[in-house]
Amino acid sequence: MKSLFKLFSIIIIIVVSNSYSFAAEKVEYLKTDWSFKGLFGKFDRASLQRGYQVYTEVCASCHSMKYLSYRNLAEPGGPEFSEAQAKAIAASFEVTDGPNSDGEMFTRPGKLSDKFVMPYENVKAAQAANGGAYPPDMSVLVKARGGGVDYIYSLLQGYEEAPSNVSLDEGVYYNKYMYGNKIRMAAPLSNGLVDYGDGTNATVEQMSKDVTTFLMWSAEPHLEARHQMGFKAIVYLIILTTLVYFSMKKIWSRVESEV
Amino acid sequence: MSDHDYRPKSKVGQWFNDRLPLLTLANHLTDYPTPKNLNYWWTFGGILTFCLITQIVTGLTLAMHYIAHADMAFESVEHIMRDVNYGWLIRYIHANGASMFFLAVYIHIFRSLFYGSYKSPREIIWILGIIIYLLMMAAAFMGYVLPWGQMSFWGATVITNLFSAIPLVGEGIVTWLWGGYSVDNPTLTRFFTLHYLIPFLILGLVVLHIWALHVPGNNNPVGIDIKKPSKDTVPFHPYIVIKDGFALLMFMIVFAFFVFYAPNILGHADNYIEANPMVTPAHIVPEWYLLPFYAILRSVPDKLLGVVAMLSAILILAVLPWLDTSKIRSAVFRPLYKQFYWILVADVLILGYVGAMPAEGLYLLIARVATAYYFLHFLVILPILGFKEKTLPVPLSITEPVLGGSPNLAAARNKESKIE
Repeated sequence: MKSLFKLFSIIIIIVVSNSYSFAAEKVEYLKTDWSFKGLFGKFDRASLQRGYQVYTEVCASCHSMKYLSYRNLAEPGGPEFSEAQAKAIAASFEVTDGPNSDGEMFTRPGKLSDKFVMPYENVKAAQAANGGAYPPDMSVLVKARGGGVDYIYSLLQGYEEAPSNVSLDEGVYYNKYMYGNKIRMAAPLSNGLVDYGDGTNATVEQMSKDVTTFLMWSAEPHLEARHQMGFKAIVYLIILTTLVYFSMKKIWSRVESEV
Repeated sequence: MSDHDYRPKSKVGQWFNDRLPLLTLANHLTDYPTPKNLNYWWTFGGILTFCLITQIVTGLTLAMHYIAHADMAFESVEHIMRDVNYGWLIRYIHANGASMFFLAVYIHIFRSLFYGSYKSPREIIWILGIIIYLLMMAAAFMGYVLPWGQMSFWGATVITNLFSAIPLVGEGIVTWLWGGYSVDNPTLTRFFTLHYLIPFLILGLVVLHIWALHVPGNNNPVGIDIKKPSKDTVPFHPYIVIKDGFALLMFMIVFAFFVFYAPNILGHADNYIEANPMVTPAHIVPEWYLLPFYAILRSVPDKLLGVVAMLSAILILAVLPWLDTSKIRSAVFRPLYKQFYWILVADVLILGYVGAMPAEGLYLLIARVATAYYFLHFLVILPILGFKEKTLPVPLSITEPVLGGSPNLAAARNKESKIE
């Protein structure tokens, strides 16, 4: 058993040293209590719905979310809009479909099975409309940034007057959490920018938290199922390991040797 | 190997076994006499078999949904993560399974280094193991390219570009590897094909690895030859099966923790950005398990020599049985080797650490010293140590801790008869 402890301490050392080695150039991000962290972490349903509202009213004018479909909004583990609500949301978008039997493309109201409508036809159009900068697709944005949710949450609140030694070009803004501190996106949020249906006060901090929660879900739509299954799997493994341990002790008691 | 005279009890069994002796094989595997003092470091062979099978099963399932095309690969991975039933689970097991596989293989290799398992008569097992390890690295590297994220693309670019260091034909080889003038769709499709093929090559080599193991039998923590079967051995089943099973379950708890609660911690965030040939990531780093070799590569200022150093760092292991001149296997009886062993472990961990850091300033200096020491250990320290080291007396058998033994059974028997 002694060697077993050694073994696991080595595993832990390797893991810890690795997570440290990737955490170079760490900036202190703003912290908030995320409901989806931890062994039993779940999304805050109301926050996800508000986050969707922020996304669709603010971010979606520039940022696509091409891997999500409107049906996802009604699926378990997500914002869990009712199916009628999700249908209404989908129908509020014009979707290009076709070609029809005359060979023409046409537009129709969106359906649950449609992917989120993109703000621009293509990357070039997006760049042309944003001074050459491409607003990244937001589907997996949280996983595509080193700091994850804390980084996005901080970035949204990190706009400041540039220090006097930093000169900014036209259309470039100062953000203390951005890599290199220069960002092509103007501060997207301001107090009271959206009108929350549930009466929550739409402060920049609140909107940042809500939309970041929504982005976490969009990147990991099965996070809740994963946490639930993980807990069951690990409890099952621990019980089985214990049983096997005692069976092993019993079997090895036949020979004069330690296990 | 002693029970070729095994006969099944049933008539049908005998009829079948006379034509194809699978039952004899099964009997050999269950009765296989195993040293009874094997510690938990010896359970990683079984754990590695589990890892290989897990990777093959999850990999086959992923391949049913994945599309190997530069325009669709990234999207198809997102399709797996979102729309395929339990696709997220299968992919996270596969991605973290690669890390778990390497974690286990490093423990397995360092166990062999500590207990001298690579020494005569087990050189072939060891060399097969090194080939498996090389193929694992190739498979893991190509697997990392398949999601077609930024780190996939740029990792592939950096690693394939290493071949351009070969004089005269280098550039041609790189173009040939790419199937074009840059990493692109032809590169992706061939990497997918090879990534699919290599695990089955590994599987075949694992069979040879175990076969070669079953000829001399397991080494053991004392590192002496033992009589088989004897009081020093237990049958593989049930003793080793249950012990390996217990260790495997412990390993699976760690595995499950990564899959369910930290599935992306061992990966790089940039790989969730779709590959873009026009944008180079700030730092291109390989997966953690390749970092020590990456550090060796970058510590040499010349490109060609860097590649040579990196390859030598792996291939030097293949000749290790002849570099280590000591007759004593286990480090338990080699007080000096034991210390150098732990220095080597620290050296490799340091190389891994600096491999993740930018190759500049103090990091580069540390990488150079650590690289030099790595080669010094194998090329100078080990050969000399075998002659200079004053080893401790080795027991004659596992059960009877009589001192004065020798790693060579014949010599030990001679000594035994002399004592009598």
